[in-house]
Amino acid sequence: MASYFAAVWAIMRKDLAAEWRSRQMVTAMLVFVVLVIFIFAFTLDIDMLTRRQIAAGVLWTTFAFAGILGLNRTLATEGERGSLDGLLLAPVERSAIYFGKTLANLFFMLVVEIFTLPLYALFYNMSLAQPGLWLVLLLGSWCFCSVGTLLAAMAAQARSRELLLPVLLLPMALPVLVASVRASSAFVNGLGMEYASASLNILVVYGLIMPALGFMFFDFIVEE
Amino acid sequence: MASTSLDRKPRLLQALDILSALLMLGTIYMVFFYAPMERVMGQVQRVFYFHASSGWVTMVVLIIAALAGIIYLIRPHKKWDVLAVACVEIGLVFAFICVTTGSIWARPAWNTWWTWDPRVVTFTILILVYMAYMLLRQGIEDPQRRARFGAIYAILAAFTVPLTFFSIRIWRTLHPVVIGSGSATAEGGFDMTRPMVWTLLFTLLALTVFTLTLLWHRVRLGWLADKVEELRMKAFGR
Repeated sequence: MASYFAAVWAIMRKDLAAEWRSRQMVTAMLVFVVLVIFIFAFTLDIDMLTRRQIAAGVLWTTFAFAGILGLNRTLATEGERGSLDGLLLAPVERSAIYFGKTLANLFFMLVVEIFTLPLYALFYNMSLAQPGLWLVLLLGSWCFCSVGTLLAAMAAQARSRELLLPVLLLPMALPVLVASVRASSAFVNGLGMEYASASLNILVVYGLIMPALGFMFFDFIVEE
Repeated sequence: MASTSLDRKPRLLQALDILSALLMLGTIYMVFFYAPMERVMGQVQRVFYFHASSGWVTMVVLIIAALAGIIYLIRPHKKWDVLAVACVEIGLVFAFICVTTGSIWARPAWNTWWTWDPRVVTFTILILVYMAYMLLRQGIEDPQRRARFGAIYAILAAFTVPLTFFSIRIWRTLHPVVIGSGSATAEGGFDMTRPMVWTLLFTLLALTVFTLTLLWHRVRLGWLADKVEELRMKAFGR
């Protein structure tokens, strides 16, 4: 059991180290996020009140697309360079690779979110310093990455990999996005736990089922 | 592995062809002549029989697709993959029918072609999920890998589609529940009289038989395509 966690940890660290050397992907994700926020600002030219109401939706749309950028990168490039084969030769459980990758992707997504929140609060002059919102971000991102990593591993082996991932992922991740937006919106608008709990339940259920399925199926996905 | 019985159309399948044709004719009679006119909505209510039945058929074949996926992962044999694809293709067709007929009904009942109701959205997302399934399969050349990925995606879909429904359900629902208890905010519900129930049951039966016939045809087509591929490999050595 301890060796399993060590393997997960090692694979996550490998991904983080690789990213730390180039910082290409996270930089691209951050620039992308800022661009999207600006585009939303110009395309949805709206008043203060509406802005507050749609903040959760805008944030999650941004995170979902930035997340897809990251997912494509961590798995598709692995397939391109053939380094996935090397990873598979490692004497560890295959599912440890899945969890390592999921955690690495979660880390990248959280970095982007931590960077985005103050920026969004600054640009739109609203307070996002709410622990409830952070909980939703953590849970929602975990759900998104757990299903995203699984599907990205499949897309990476298909012909039009970068194109395929959003088409595979977005309909599958819809419950995550709907529930996350609902829960975040409750916290942003100061409605609190009472309004968020039903959506949080869905996130918890999803966040348990998807990693379990990933645990079972990852072997079949990377198998030659 | 391809048996000779595949070459000729099986007797039972021929019988099923005729039976489904008769049942479909019967359905048209039942829906348009036997079933009474609904008092509030009038003629347009008749689309409900096809709508509910195609929704039912879609659910059945997509559940079969997920089950075939599970069996394939345990016991990888081509036949389960052929079955799963057949189910998804047929499921997509009926899902389209279900959404379209629903839309036709919604225009007079809800005064709009489209609404963001949980069932309506879930069904449309379901179509998108299975279109993604077809795209995924198209993108993979190795037949075994294609079958594996298809199986996994179909199983994942079986989990996310209900969750999609529940996540949207947190908002209020507009869709009437004709069978079972209705919700207070539902619009356009009606009580079914005895002939209406019979018509619905008959339509359900007819569409189920029709779908099974289609499924058999599609599975047979899958097998024949495989056989052609095999012969081609044999003939051209590649």
